[in-house]
Amino acid sequence: MKAAAERKIWRPGRSLVIAVPFIWLLLFFLAPFAIVFKISFAESQLAQPPFTNLVEWAEDMLTLSLNLFNYKDLVEYDLYLKGYLTSIKIAFFSTVFCLLLGYPIAYVISRMPPHTRNVCLMLVIMPSWTSFLVRIYAWMGILKGNGLLNNLLLWLGVIDQPLAIMHTPTAVYIGIVYAYLPFMVLPIYANLVKHDHSLLEASADLGAKPWTSFLRITLPLSIGGVIAGSMLVFIPAVGEFVIPELLGGPNSIMIGKLLWAEFFNARNWPGAAAVAVVMLLLLVLPLTLFHRYQARDLEGREDA
Amino acid sequence: MALPENKAKQKKVQLQICGVSKDFDGTLAVNNVDLDIYQGEIFALLGASGCGKTTLLRMLAGFEKPSAGSILLEGEDMARLAPYQRPMNMMFQSYALFPHMTVENNIAFGLKQDRMPKQQIADKVAEVLGLVQMEAYAKRKPHQLSGGQQQRVALARSLAKSPKLLLLDEPMGALDKKLRTRMQLEIVNILEKVGVTCVMVTHDQEEAMTMADRVGIMNAGILSQVGSPMEVYERPNSRMTAEFIGSVNLFEGELVVDEVGYVEIASDSLESNIYIAHGIVGSEGMALAVAIRPEKINISRTEPAQAHNKARGVVEDIAYLGSHSVYHVRLPSGFKVLASVANSNRQIASDEQQRITWGDEVFVSWSDSCAVVLYS
Repeated sequence: MKAAAERKIWRPGRSLVIAVPFIWLLLFFLAPFAIVFKISFAESQLAQPPFTNLVEWAEDMLTLSLNLFNYKDLVEYDLYLKGYLTSIKIAFFSTVFCLLLGYPIAYVISRMPPHTRNVCLMLVIMPSWTSFLVRIYAWMGILKGNGLLNNLLLWLGVIDQPLAIMHTPTAVYIGIVYAYLPFMVLPIYANLVKHDHSLLEASADLGAKPWTSFLRITLPLSIGGVIAGSMLVFIPAVGEFVIPELLGGPNSIMIGKLLWAEFFNARNWPGAAAVAVVMLLLLVLPLTLFHRYQARDLEGREDA
Repeated sequence: MALPENKAKQKKVQLQICGVSKDFDGTLAVNNVDLDIYQGEIFALLGASGCGKTTLLRMLAGFEKPSAGSILLEGEDMARLAPYQRPMNMMFQSYALFPHMTVENNIAFGLKQDRMPKQQIADKVAEVLGLVQMEAYAKRKPHQLSGGQQQRVALARSLAKSPKLLLLDEPMGALDKKLRTRMQLEIVNILEKVGVTCVMVTHDQEEAMTMADRVGIMNAGILSQVGSPMEVYERPNSRMTAEFIGSVNLFEGELVVDEVGYVEIASDSLESNIYIAHGIVGSEGMALAVAIRPEKINISRTEPAQAHNKARGVVEDIAYLGSHSVYHVRLPSGFKVLASVANSNRQIASDEQQRITWGDEVFVSWSDSCAVVLYS
């Protein structure tokens, strides 16, 4: 009650500070989304712009025509359904792989002495200083039939036939896990590094072996970081276009690719818009869950 | 005065610390400490921060490995045991309550590690919660409790496994002054009810003296004196302990008269010799220090009748502390004597005339038997 009353006090400086990100989101997120949303109800046409208007004024008659055809298309052609499912599947397993790799990395870094810790964090972040596209091209060089990896394995005698990794879902997984790993490592690290070491001592003191202490104390307390990292990987991975385009094959058609094809190949703007709107709705669900968790987490901390 | 020592001697030794040292990259945090802790006693390690007391406690718990020496609990060497294997529990200074678990689960945590049957765990949790009077808070999370309540839960958690040795790290460190005094006695009552042997670490001498049966003074890694609170206060064995516990007037001097029944010590701070009414071990010319507690020093306007142990001086400062006042008396040599006077009568404004006040010329004096001779 008291907090609610305090919130009502008018503070101009505070409102201004909040207004800046709000206006930013309004202009560059909500407004473009409204336009895309509008286009998704239009009809495709060969003109400039390549879609019809929703509101028409002709012969003293105002007509609003909402075209649901684009959404019907999404349901009717299993190409789209498959695309969504493939995207979610690839994003999900990439997130799991990132977690399995990223958690131990974050854990080890958080336990290092401060100096080495900063060096290792640098190493995690440093690849992103190079262009994303260049790094994915580099992976092509590594994974292709006569690429670095196959040559190395052949030279070592591990294999006698080049492995076909390029243009398979495996290559897409490798690319996504590689590209998004820092987004998993950093939030988990930020969480783990704040942990109070005396909790683990208390746990050991009470008779818990190191592994039990990890499972019962460290892991539950780091769940906030795990969720944040998973969201940061899962959400962009669902809409990923470049990695499946460059590393993937015909078996891994993700929704980003379909969207691209709809937009540039078919020049069907309304269709592409509908694909985008549905994708967004699919992503809003986990995002809302995440925010709800985060809010609950913050509440708990404020009470402390 | 010798009673507590005798009482303790009759008891069984629960914990033996033999020649334990801890070397942190060339600095000796703990230097060759020998100490026996008796069954059922509360022992306080007292020292300034950085004196090594916490390191010693952490070595007992197993969080630090001694560089030398051994720790025996009921005769069993602890060296090979990891913290989770040791039959001792610690209450942490920060309490280290698990923030994601309820009070109940915090307390049950240690019992679950022993794979105790569920019903037995529930009974034990209820028992220790009752002991610290926190039954009503069993379902709460630590952040929903006040500092005092968190402390009770931390104590309950460390008692739940019925440890052979309880370690308390600055138990009152996170509490405010008022709550501290109350909890000190309450914790002592709980510990006595349980009958657990307890080693605590504190920098607060009042806390150590209130709670502990015996006190060990640590300085620069060395355990310099062990004894009952009264012993360490009344019979300090070095300048360091005398100055660490309470305040003290330390006169540096040398032995000038060494008789069987009395000695006299000359100090540059005093015009006449200090007379001590008993013989000491020493030889004439030997450098010594004489310690006299402020409350053992009398202050008067007129010269006292006694032949020895008095000096003239000027009142330079008066610290009024409610229950008593501390007078700072400057002697002609420049030495400042502290004299503590109990305010046993109510001080009212009309007394102002008779009372000793700033700038007054006074005599400080003490009896022949209240000075302590210090060799080191």
